[in-house]
Amino acid sequence: MSKREPDEVTGVETTGHEWDGIRELDNPLPRWWLYMFWAGVVVAAVYWILMPAWPGVSSYTQGVLGQSDRADVVKALDDLKTVRGAQAARLKTASLDQIEQDPELQAYAQAVGQSVFGDNCATCHGTGGVGAKGYANLRDDVWLWGGTLEDIHHTIEVGIRSDHKDTRFSQMPAFGRDQMLSAPEISDLTEYVVALSGRQANAAAVRRAEPIYQAQCSACHGPTGAGDQKQGAPNLIDQEWLYGSTRADIHAQIWNGRGGVMPAWKNRFDPETLKALAVYIHANAGGQ
Amino acid sequence: MTVVIDRTRASAPKHDAGPVSAAARARKSGDPGGGLYKPRAPIYPKLVHGRWRAIKWAVMIVTLAIYYITPWIRWDRPGVLPDQAVLVDFAGRRFYFFDIQLWPQEVHFITGLLVLSALALFLVTALFGRLWCGYTCPQTVWTDLFIYVERLFEGDRNARMRLDAAPWSFDKLWRKVGKHAVWLGIAFATGGAWIFYFHDAPSLLHDFWIGQGPVTGYVFCLLLTFTTYVFAGMMREQVCIYMCPWPRIQGAMLDTNSLQVTYRHDRGEPRGAHKKNADWKGRGDCVDCNQCVTACPMGIDIRDGSQLECINCGLCIDACDEIMLKVDRPIGLIAYDTDSAVEARSKGKAAVYRLIRPRTVFYGVAFAVVSALMVWGLSVRPTMDLHVLHDRNPVFVRLHDGAVRNGYTIKISNRTFQAQTYVIAFDGPAGAILKTPGERDSRDVLKVRVPANEVRAVRIFVTLPPEAITSANLAATFTVSSPAGEASAKTTFLSGAANAP
Repeated sequence: MSKREPDEVTGVETTGHEWDGIRELDNPLPRWWLYMFWAGVVVAAVYWILMPAWPGVSSYTQGVLGQSDRADVVKALDDLKTVRGAQAARLKTASLDQIEQDPELQAYAQAVGQSVFGDNCATCHGTGGVGAKGYANLRDDVWLWGGTLEDIHHTIEVGIRSDHKDTRFSQMPAFGRDQMLSAPEISDLTEYVVALSGRQANAAAVRRAEPIYQAQCSACHGPTGAGDQKQGAPNLIDQEWLYGSTRADIHAQIWNGRGGVMPAWKNRFDPETLKALAVYIHANAGGQ
Repeated sequence: MTVVIDRTRASAPKHDAGPVSAAARARKSGDPGGGLYKPRAPIYPKLVHGRWRAIKWAVMIVTLAIYYITPWIRWDRPGVLPDQAVLVDFAGRRFYFFDIQLWPQEVHFITGLLVLSALALFLVTALFGRLWCGYTCPQTVWTDLFIYVERLFEGDRNARMRLDAAPWSFDKLWRKVGKHAVWLGIAFATGGAWIFYFHDAPSLLHDFWIGQGPVTGYVFCLLLTFTTYVFAGMMREQVCIYMCPWPRIQGAMLDTNSLQVTYRHDRGEPRGAHKKNADWKGRGDCVDCNQCVTACPMGIDIRDGSQLECINCGLCIDACDEIMLKVDRPIGLIAYDTDSAVEARSKGKAAVYRLIRPRTVFYGVAFAVVSALMVWGLSVRPTMDLHVLHDRNPVFVRLHDGAVRNGYTIKISNRTFQAQTYVIAFDGPAGAILKTPGERDSRDVLKVRVPANEVRAVRIFVTLPPEAITSANLAATFTVSSPAGEASAKTTFLSGAANAP
């Protein structure tokens, strides 16, 4: 045990503890320090009465002030609606073009759009909107159904091959699976499509496939392969591929005629949200 | 090194009669058996007259005037910007100080100011002791003001001690009530003035009284009313001794060449009562009148040596000088002096004062350097700020013809008081095309208008044709210029290994 002894300089007793030669004077605390302790105790008691404090078995003491974090969140959300009210109201009445031309409104629409996109669209199109194999890239300048503001807005509203009555719809035949073309014909067509996009291909196969393409494919994809956005037919001469660019990918597409489905969002979002989403996607695709 | 607490001389015989320092009384009641908690021994500082008291009054008037008047100084600024010279605008996230305007990201200027204040404090303490504590610290200024009020209602030291000892009477009641009422009034005015620094003062004054002021305004007004009333009225020296860290830090700032309020024991000892016309030979000049103790607002006896409690205010100097004149001895038995000077004199040598010492030179140079940096920083403070953020997702987008597009968010801070039109140019590989949402046409430069004193974020898409993409990672620079200035920010244009040759 330590020894209590008076300090030489001050004459005050030390606590008796020593740390590396340093001893602590045992000076009394000032009395107001004690008062503050008791004041703290009183504040705690008052707090228990005013605020939720003690846990019970199935509930807790509610406190007479009726403080509730949950209610605060609800109120904060309501306040947010008020704050956003002015911009939201303008979003309701403004046209898509007006939204994009007004810097403030555009910034607001982009913020709304980004949030909605992240919650609803990113599952397929990715958080950055670049899509994946079979899911369209929304950031580039290649559009199946058109890349203007109005086109994008309409696509979101009605979806693609969705259950909406006005849905955007197109169907590529499954040439192989439904035995509309023979296997060699499909192989030749594959070479033809590879050649369309400017790559090296088997010249003989391309020659053989030319009449087949014009007979079977050109109605939708166009005689030159430039596609047709009115019927959602992809452009075959650019360098972007929805279902992949390799020969195996192209062959599989001709054989199976895949067509993805996008839901119609018209009945899920209010009109302002739809507009904001369209503006967000349009702006981030470079704005066609 | 200075011994901050030196009570060796406190063992000198004390007179039972006459005033005893409050510290000594408290120490006595804190003796073993006195309990774990030491009650505050009330201090009744006596009014003194003299040079240091006069300076203290003047400093009090000046500092209080600065505090109360500053928020009311108007300063014309264009547009909707506030016309208050000194304003901490939390809602608008700006700090206004006359012609200086700071944004939150320029908080380093505030840091610089704090560093400067600390260095000034170090320098002054090393040279002249705790002048800050004795003259300009708000705790000292308001306590002094409260003691002044106390004196108006209850009289000077002896009258106050008598009043406190007396039983309750109508006379005692009205004096106490009056004192506390005026204290509360001053405290309220203190808290009330504080909030004017954070809002437009005239409109806040109006809103405050009709109950329309911001909640924070009322909260802080009440908080400062409470702390002023308690700290300056009740706790006084307790704040300095127990709450403030400065008395403990000062030990490291002071040395034997620092000027401090010093009892020149070489001249004063041996002390003792002195009869009129008696000889002064063989004794010190201190007549043990205890006037220095009665004058001390900290309740200490300066003759015990330099102490943690001493705030260097010099009131004991005035008290002592008055007595010295009366007994016809030279003044300055207590004076601003250094330990080494006292030491030298007691050995019969001449006192040497060394103001220029390594530590004062160091503090002085550091102060000058930081001041110069601050002035330089403020003078070259840019009128705009530019930040370029490259999109992270997607990092790049390949377009139908093999061109590659990168997205950037450019943040332009217009720190001028006028709206500015900025021209954004992309300085990098040739053939770059710029586009911003909302503009139908692409071009090689973009123009953006940013309102006065605001930040605008602009989305910019840069497209490079396939032939310009010579590497997966191209260096580029955004240059943003306006008549008010130009700024540039380095960035990169990324195209992915697959798209680069």
